[in-house]
Amino acid sequence: MSQQRYEDLSELHMDVLREIGNIGAGNAATSLSVMLGQPIDMTLPKVNLVEFNDVADAVGGAESLIYGVLLNLNGDVNGMIMFLLNKDFAHLILNILMGESYKNFEEMNELSLSAIQEVGNILSAAYVRSIAELTGLTIGVSVPEVSIDMAGALLSVPIIKFGTVGDKVLFIEENFQGLTESVMCHMILFAEMDSLNLILSRLGLA
Amino acid sequence: MGMLTVGISDLKIALPPDTLVTYALGSCVGICLLDPMTRVAGMSHIMLPTSSVSPGDKNVFKFADTAIPDLVRKMEAKGAQKARLKAKIAGGAQMFGSSTTGKAGATGDLWQIGQRNVAAVTAMLSKLNIPIIAKDVLADYGRTIIFDPATGILTVRAINRNIREL
Repeated sequence: MSQQRYEDLSELHMDVLREIGNIGAGNAATSLSVMLGQPIDMTLPKVNLVEFNDVADAVGGAESLIYGVLLNLNGDVNGMIMFLLNKDFAHLILNILMGESYKNFEEMNELSLSAIQEVGNILSAAYVRSIAELTGLTIGVSVPEVSIDMAGALLSVPIIKFGTVGDKVLFIEENFQGLTESVMCHMILFAEMDSLNLILSRLGLA
Repeated sequence: MGMLTVGISDLKIALPPDTLVTYALGSCVGICLLDPMTRVAGMSHIMLPTSSVSPGDKNVFKFADTAIPDLVRKMEAKGAQKARLKAKIAGGAQMFGSSTTGKAGATGDLWQIGQRNVAAVTAMLSKLNIPIIAKDVLADYGRTIIFDPATGILTVRAINRNIREL
């Protein structure tokens, strides 16, 4: 039976999505280590269905300053991925990559924005690769777009696009452990229900 | 004095000394109405211009064309008179895409949603003969808005920008 809304997903479906999240996060940690030139470890990600009114609270509040990277999925799967990186995460990456110390986002320039964009690109490619490999589906990813603003305002963009699918989103929280610090990142997967059903059916679950 | 929070796709009515707030409007639009005689105020946070894009969606608060008439009805039930209502609106920004001009980015055709929301809100208010007496719309940043029925002042807060009072 195919699911019409996110609410219809069973615990078994959630386990499968969690597993995809785990594999994706593993790939993402590997890619990130290569990019940053240092070992990056990660803890088991938390994967949950969250009401979209609660997503902003889960990342520190609607008004909290956050870096958002947004990508469109196309091909066999229609959807969007949004990465939300807090300041610590973004600063850590910029400090490692560019050897600079950023205190606040007013100091962000084109170069550092494109570095963040590239991180979003790498992380999402890692997730998409894991979904594509597990399901045999062809999934394309658009050029990532970066914006730094209130979490709630950034989240409204994919929510507007997919708000009609159901009022919940797939929310993945993961901790990356670097040499000295640990940073947290959130990934939100918005997929059209048809796409989600296709993924689940390819995994023998629909 | 209480501050009533209006969520996404939500609307609320308030009377002094209470105030209304909605956090982090992106492409969404916040509509604030006030009857200056009775001080009955209302705030609506819409996500999309029209309910026709999503038939079957029962949340009338989500769409400009269904939320605004409902807001007016609820205010009338509290004693407001439609003929006296004045509107202040904020939001309708383009949160993504301005930094990657010319590239086929993630948001694609969605990038004008803020603009379309503002147009739909303006059209609906005009249809109801409610004048817009102040607005802070479009551009590329998020806004938190606070509406005070006692003064009719709409306060707009954004990251790294001065607070605006409309």
